[in-house]
Amino acid sequence: MTTAMAPGREAPVTVTGTGLQVRGLVKQYGTFTAVDGIDLDVPEGSFFALLGPSGCGKTTTLRMVAGLEDPTAGAIYIDGDDVSRRRAYQRPVNTVFQNYALFPHLSIFENVAFGLRRRRQQNIKKSVMEMLELVELAHLAERKPTQLSGGQQQRVAVVRALVNKPQVLLLDEPLGALDLKLRRQMQLELKKIQTEVGITFIHVTHDQEEAMTMADTIAVMNAGHVEQLGQPAQLYENPVSVFVANFLGQSNLLRGTISGRDGDWVTAATSAGTIRIPAARCSANGADCLVGVRPEKIQVEEIGTAAATVPSGHNSVTGRVSDASFIGVSTQYQVTVAGGQELTVFSQNTGTALVRPGTDVVLHWDALHTFALDGSQDVRSGMDDPEAQ
Amino acid sequence: MTTTVTAGARRPTAPRQRGGAGRWIREHLVTMFGILALIYLFVPIFVVVMFSFNDPTGRFNYTWVRFSFSAWADPCGISGMCDALLVSLKIGVLATIVATILGTLAAFAMARHRFRGRAVANLLVFLPMATPEVVAGSSLLTLFINLGMPLGQTTIFIAHVMFCVSFVIVTVKARLAGMDPRLEQAAMDLYANRVQTFTKVTWPLVLPGIVSGAMLSFSLSFDDFIITNFNAGQTVTFPMFVWGAYQRALPVQINVVGTAMLLVALILVVLGRLISKLRAR
Repeated sequence: MTTAMAPGREAPVTVTGTGLQVRGLVKQYGTFTAVDGIDLDVPEGSFFALLGPSGCGKTTTLRMVAGLEDPTAGAIYIDGDDVSRRRAYQRPVNTVFQNYALFPHLSIFENVAFGLRRRRQQNIKKSVMEMLELVELAHLAERKPTQLSGGQQQRVAVVRALVNKPQVLLLDEPLGALDLKLRRQMQLELKKIQTEVGITFIHVTHDQEEAMTMADTIAVMNAGHVEQLGQPAQLYENPVSVFVANFLGQSNLLRGTISGRDGDWVTAATSAGTIRIPAARCSANGADCLVGVRPEKIQVEEIGTAAATVPSGHNSVTGRVSDASFIGVSTQYQVTVAGGQELTVFSQNTGTALVRPGTDVVLHWDALHTFALDGSQDVRSGMDDPEAQ
Repeated sequence: MTTTVTAGARRPTAPRQRGGAGRWIREHLVTMFGILALIYLFVPIFVVVMFSFNDPTGRFNYTWVRFSFSAWADPCGISGMCDALLVSLKIGVLATIVATILGTLAAFAMARHRFRGRAVANLLVFLPMATPEVVAGSSLLTLFINLGMPLGQTTIFIAHVMFCVSFVIVTVKARLAGMDPRLEQAAMDLYANRVQTFTKVTWPLVLPGIVSGAMLSFSLSFDDFIITNFNAGQTVTFPMFVWGAYQRALPVQINVVGTAMLLVALILVVLGRLISKLRAR
């Protein structure tokens, strides 16, 4: 930890040594590697999300931080102390379990008081009732968990963990069992609670919208490793792997070859034409690359109309509309471009007329919105989330 | 206004009355079958209770003569019956305690630990339940004779523990299997060490399974005739006494004991309900 403590460095986490750090964490079950050497830096007081499809190792990582799973290798630091060899009950960490795991034989009050009683705290009644009031459940304190609704149980699970004032609160898909409407409501509520108590939250989810709504920082995980770590907007705008580009929202990816470099810009030759990419947004290692642009960045113009002139600084490709579906707020077009590939375009409903299938169009977008990924990856990686079906 | 509305509302009831009887039967068919099933279950018990208040003229309590408290006033009036009852209660309690402890430990091991031969052990547990009692009884007798063990209360006790353990294992294991492992993890996450996790979470959640295993053991042990008869030697348990007495007479006191057992069981069930209701509040 001390090696990174050079003053004036930009990464504040390693400098202060607070919050949570994970270094080279590995978990193997026999020959299967669930977590394959991951590093995480979670600043104190932040809302951090581990996002990925089922089986990517996010829950295993969380359980290792909680102490419910022994790591095969690696270290876990909380406020600079390595806790990876401590038992679950010796760590300053509490967990909100998937399906809540409330004790069915104890009242709501006793569920929340459980951690405080084990540590022989003072004023248990006051602390518990304060926490129950925070989530407006004080009047149900004497009920049993089964007498509560799903949303209420979820809140009890959160305060049962929070009442212990852990240094890190771990949330394992806590909203997975709730219906969509309640889930949205709880997302806002959890975010509000986190802002109020200021405790570090680590939230495991496979729902990319949930992660983007709630988290300050997201680590996108796939097959046991972290694909990319950053703020939601940064991940969305500038993905560095096909997996992230497809898992977070939708992306159009065109196979191409890097044909030239000119200062801050890279040009790539694709079957649909030459495309300019900001050099900072190009993560291709060799010449082969995948040129990407998000569907909502693209504008569709009918060829021959006055609007069809491409503004300077834009990339453009021509193609033919193969499908148009009007959704209301937007229209989704499928456009076949030269080389046969289909691009998806989300065109916002700003009053312009619908472009009919079969029309020849020019697609253009600000070159700054283009990104390029390494060409050795599978174009479909991250597209099929088994849990999202 | 009001009168016209009610008059109008009343009119459509006429066609409904037409299929009245058939409809009533259709709606209450399930209830009627339910009542019939309950009668089927309770008539024998009712007879037992009723004949405990009989005052038979002969030695056999077969025909209803007149109402009397005489048997209840003198429950041990038949020579040897209360001794047999005490033997049965003693063996029942001891066998239940031992079988419950052994069975609970075995259930924990089989539900929680991975060991070689676990699948076989799971299968073997069912063997004593599947073996016909006549076979189990005679085999045990052979074993005890070959070991040179004198037949008596000890051999009965050993035999009863043998067949009760299986039932305890099965009930406790079912309870453990139905328990979410995350509850224990949640306890450890909330600063409970291993002992506290067991006493505060595991034990209270498994207890109902253990209690039902124990109750099942007691009733099996108290009731057993076939295996006991093989291994009793000179000892006489309550079922054996009833069987023996039946050769010469059928005293009312047998019904008194039966009714008393029924009452005790009923009180236990009601108490259990009350306690769980009070706790839930």
